[in-house]
Amino acid sequence: MAKKKKNAEEVSFTPTGTGIRTNGEIIRSTELPDPTDKNHDDLGLSDDDVVDMFEQMYLQRRFEERAMQMYQKGKFGGFLHLYMGQEAISTGTTYALNADDDIITAYRDHGWGLVRGVSPKEGMAELYGKVTGCSKGKGGSMHFANVDEHFWGGYGIVGGHIPLGGGIAFANKYKQNGRVTACFLGDGAVPQGALHETLNMSQNWGLPCIYAVENNGYAMGTAVHRHSTGEIVDRADGFDMKKMVINGMDVLTVYEKMKEIAEDVRENSEPWFVEIRTYRYRGHSMSDPMKYRSKEELEEYEKLDPVERIKNYLLDEDIIDDDKVEEIKDSVEDTVMEAIDFAEESDFPEKEALYDHMFAEDDYPFHT
Amino acid sequence: MAELQFREAIRAAIDEEMGQDEDIFVMGEEVAEYDGAYKVTEGLLDKYGSKRMIDTPISELGFAGIGVGAAMNGLRPIVEFMTFNFAVLAADQIINHASKVRYMTGGQVEIPIVFRGPNASAGQLSATHSVSYDAMYAHFPGLKVIYTSEPADAKGLLKSAIRDDNPVLFMESEQMYGLKGEVPEEDDFTIPIGKAKVKREGSDVTVVAHGKMYHVATQAAEQLAKEDVDVEIIDPRTVKPLDMETIVKSIRKTNRCVIVDEAHPFGGLAAEVGYLIQREAFDYLDAPVQRVTLPDTNAPFAKNLFDEWLPSPDQVIDAVNTVTYRK
Repeated sequence: MAKKKKNAEEVSFTPTGTGIRTNGEIIRSTELPDPTDKNHDDLGLSDDDVVDMFEQMYLQRRFEERAMQMYQKGKFGGFLHLYMGQEAISTGTTYALNADDDIITAYRDHGWGLVRGVSPKEGMAELYGKVTGCSKGKGGSMHFANVDEHFWGGYGIVGGHIPLGGGIAFANKYKQNGRVTACFLGDGAVPQGALHETLNMSQNWGLPCIYAVENNGYAMGTAVHRHSTGEIVDRADGFDMKKMVINGMDVLTVYEKMKEIAEDVRENSEPWFVEIRTYRYRGHSMSDPMKYRSKEELEEYEKLDPVERIKNYLLDEDIIDDDKVEEIKDSVEDTVMEAIDFAEESDFPEKEALYDHMFAEDDYPFHT
Repeated sequence: MAELQFREAIRAAIDEEMGQDEDIFVMGEEVAEYDGAYKVTEGLLDKYGSKRMIDTPISELGFAGIGVGAAMNGLRPIVEFMTFNFAVLAADQIINHASKVRYMTGGQVEIPIVFRGPNASAGQLSATHSVSYDAMYAHFPGLKVIYTSEPADAKGLLKSAIRDDNPVLFMESEQMYGLKGEVPEEDDFTIPIGKAKVKREGSDVTVVAHGKMYHVATQAAEQLAKEDVDVEIIDPRTVKPLDMETIVKSIRKTNRCVIVDEAHPFGGLAAEVGYLIQREAFDYLDAPVQRVTLPDTNAPFAKNLFDEWLPSPDQVIDAVNTVTYRK
């Protein structure tokens, strides 16, 4: 009888990952690059712009805090993937891009929708599955979209939307309309073949697209160093693609860097690969007990909170005072509560809507 | 009318449509510099240039998805798969995205895209290159599926597919690219998606057969005619939407039906059509519906086994004999 060479215990599949080993210590799962040292004037932003940035970010935060409450009360179902902690990315990017530049993202899409023209009412109604929702109750949390404002929506298959972003950029190049596409994905989508295939064609064909990874440290519950080898941003090297790592906890940094990148894309029609390091405060979705990370780690990141950061910036620069902060917060709170009332009072879609929006024509003969 | 090969009919459809709409482009493996793996797109690079005839790497998921994104953003892509067997890698883009984005966004996005290429088996290509996918894609709402059998149908239906504002899967057969037939030359010649055709009139039995199986059914019908059995052949042409009206009308006349399908038996088009016939024409049937399909096995390589594997005219004749109680 053949002798067993090794005990099962000797074989392991310990990830070698991005090289960060915690060994019980609390260290950040991703090292944050320094934020910008420029103030808003240097970046060409007015006082009003920065106040608006704060308001937009606070709206995303408050919208989701209330959405979470409503979900917990059983007001609506489905998945609820919260964006809290990452608001600087959606806001800074939206400011950096032109209004007719294209944005597409994955399922963590509420912040993107709100800052790209989905009204809080339409957003909340979509979470409730009401006909007044931005996607008429057909998409829910993962599928906010506002195509008129060039927000192509959130997509639910990890990595599946990356080629769509490439295709949107392809069409823009074909039509020579000068638009830049920003395709956002999570760190969990980085190991998908869809990214590799799309980056290869994008570089080969010079597609005007920014592929931006929102690296929040975890793919669902698997820390980035356990699911990806090497530095994420270095994926660009194999495609000879321009790349950058950005601090995603600071809205002015995101604005500055994404603006630079977008201008380069517009000028040269060449794609970029960007890793924006950030953190999500809540679980992957509402069913996530977050056993994979410590309370202390979360608290470390909460000290870097992007919403607090821009608020403190406004106060430090004497752009607004505490009273104005409270006024903005109250106003946002009213907006969110009105959105909840609107969602609750809105109707569900009619039963006939089951068949709406399937095909371009109204008389398609459905199979029964 | 001109006599064209199947591949020439498809090319004519693409050429005519590209000629009148700048937003149409072709993307796929070997479609441009190589002039098409099966020469379907021969000469189109010279005519339309590398903006509109685009060679891709061997990345089915990636380029299918880029096609879908381009369709969302206003273009009308024709995505060629070298065979639908490889397109399984792109199934996520077709099934999870092309078919669903319109619905999920509450109708905000239109996706006018055609995915085309050879479907099902060619000669002795073994198991991974011989699968018929029309029923699989037809299973999913949001997609239209065409599997054509003759050059004229191919031209008329492909032109309709390219003009359609929905995702359409247009399937061909590698073994039929050289098949010749009379094809109308007019630019406005189209065949509506979702209309079956009575391709052979007969009174004794209805045979439903599409794609390559139409030709198997025709051979069987010619043989049966010598034995005074008058076979009517219906080619559904479009798998989805499926024109049951034409099929049921024929069964009310002949009272007997055989379905010939190049797919496996479980859950295929033959299974679906069989169910629909009993639902809509039960009282008209003088015999249980028979079907001739591939066996529930993978395609073998060995010539003798491969010939045994593919549905044959003899099997169709046997099935006709069964429903007519002749033997």
